[in-house]
Amino acid sequence: MITTTGLTKVYRSRGREVTALDGVDLHVREGEVYGVIGQSGAGKSTLIRCVNLLERPTSGTVTVAGQDLTALAGRGPRAGAALRQARSRIGMVFQHFNLLSSRTVQANVELPLEILGLSGKERSRKALELLDLVGLAEKAKAYPGQLSGGQKQRVGIARALAGDPKVLLSDESTSALDPETTRSILQLLRDLNQQLGLTVLLITHEMDVVKSICDSAALMKGGRVMESGTVAELLATPGSELAAELFPVGGEPSGPDRTVVDVTFHGDAATQPVISQLSRTYNIDISILGAAMDTVAGRQVGRMRIELPGRFEENVVPIGFLREQGLQVEVAPVTAGAEAAADALLKEGAK
Amino acid sequence: MQPLLRDGCLDTLFMVWWSAVWTVVGGLPLGILLYLTDRGGLLQNVVVNKVIGVVVNIARSVPFIILIVWLIPFSRMVIGTSIGPSAAVVALTIGAIPFFARLVETSLREVDGGLIEAVQAMGGGTWTIIFKVLLPQALASLVAGLTTTVIALIGYSAMAGAVGGGGLGAVAINYGYQRQEHELMNITIVLLVIIVTVVQIAGDLTVRRLARRTGRQSAPVGLWRLRRTPKAADATAVPAQRAADEPQRAADEPKAAVDAP
Repeated sequence: MITTTGLTKVYRSRGREVTALDGVDLHVREGEVYGVIGQSGAGKSTLIRCVNLLERPTSGTVTVAGQDLTALAGRGPRAGAALRQARSRIGMVFQHFNLLSSRTVQANVELPLEILGLSGKERSRKALELLDLVGLAEKAKAYPGQLSGGQKQRVGIARALAGDPKVLLSDESTSALDPETTRSILQLLRDLNQQLGLTVLLITHEMDVVKSICDSAALMKGGRVMESGTVAELLATPGSELAAELFPVGGEPSGPDRTVVDVTFHGDAATQPVISQLSRTYNIDISILGAAMDTVAGRQVGRMRIELPGRFEENVVPIGFLREQGLQVEVAPVTAGAEAAADALLKEGAK
Repeated sequence: MQPLLRDGCLDTLFMVWWSAVWTVVGGLPLGILLYLTDRGGLLQNVVVNKVIGVVVNIARSVPFIILIVWLIPFSRMVIGTSIGPSAAVVALTIGAIPFFARLVETSLREVDGGLIEAVQAMGGGTWTIIFKVLLPQALASLVAGLTTTVIALIGYSAMAGAVGGGGLGAVAINYGYQRQEHELMNITIVLLVIIVTVVQIAGDLTVRRLARRTGRQSAPVGLWRLRRTPKAADATAVPAQRAADEPQRAADEPKAAVDAP
């Protein structure tokens, strides 16, 4: 639905060049919720603004719903009629809502319809329908200044849907909201995704957002996509940074001669009593250092950091057992890290 | 009321009303153009922006009394005469347009860039942005700017009296000063104060009504903001600096009111 190839954006100011995007290839499938996560400065905001060409990429192409937008862009900073037409079919939701304070809620939702040239009657019918969809029908005559943050974002979403878009871009849409409101807005996005078959591309710096609604995700750093794929794929990828971030499991080994193992459960394995089986079969004591269980994209997924007595060499068989159960097992390099830290300390001391 | 004062009043109101109308007609588009062609603007065009900017600054730096004399041939060309209230309207308008254009530019700058982006994302073009975002969002601030401009025009119109423009200024100078009729001079001043006060209050009320409509999002508009006369430098000043300038500005105001012409 959305494909970017080799998307690059370089900002030039006063002779300095800043590369915000460095060859980003993204593929968002129709009907999925795709999350791009990264810290501020990672280029994710530039990325989403390049998708509807609010920001013109230096090179690379953007295709939305089979239409090559970069080809429509033309030259100069002004958007031609073809690009504006294409934009009206892409909804966008913003972190700071960007509602016109001089217009009522209903008039805000009508704005894109005015741009599309609908008659007054049709506009008001459609606007009320959309407000009803986001659960704000009774606030139609209120001004944005009288609404709470969550309500404002609902208006923002209703407005974004006015052009019957196939694609919704969400630029940190929940970052200015409290956790409770964030959940309700995410739920709304999820519902719209399912009811209307809307493809959602969202950027966020909150892992929780990805965890609660995304089917797929990409991790951005320094203008590049480091990892991407469906959440299940990411969780199945050994050493995936996103998977580790989604399910951070901490905990240090209780002493030397211990093996720390990170186990990831998903699918059927998540419902099996694997740990107690392991303990009984090999008659070993297992301590759980850290664990996280959650539902991601409607599937039970969990990660657990467990500690087995003895060094790695002595635990090859139990680890093999875990692998046989269909679990993804990684032996955590905790001790290696500790040694490296100790080395560093020694060097520091030598200086 | 003496016919002299009544005619003076009517002439002043005539001059101020028409010059205000033409100032909006000329200054609003010019201010919008200044805003749009600026660096990073929707229609970024350094050459156009610089040219307009220089013309506006030159026009603003010429003292009005000189401008009105200098424009005599032009007034004659446009209206057919260089004396009387109609001729004064030409000079007043030309004097006020650059002033108002700068105020318009400053007001538009206060509109949140995110709103423009949102409308662009909906597929809106430049006209849509001007008429559906910039002007409605900046309306309260524009009305405040217009109030300032009208009050400046009342001051200018008194000067028009000095060169045969008529109005209360002419009454004050011809009778109050030259014939030493102090009472008449004082009455003129009172009348001018009343006119200015009425304009200011009407402006304030309108601004407040517009601001209330937009709810919490717009900042309260204080008197200092209505009266201040931003210079080009204000446009780039950071808000913190503005805040720091405030007491200074307030202290300067009585003086500025006297110096304004």
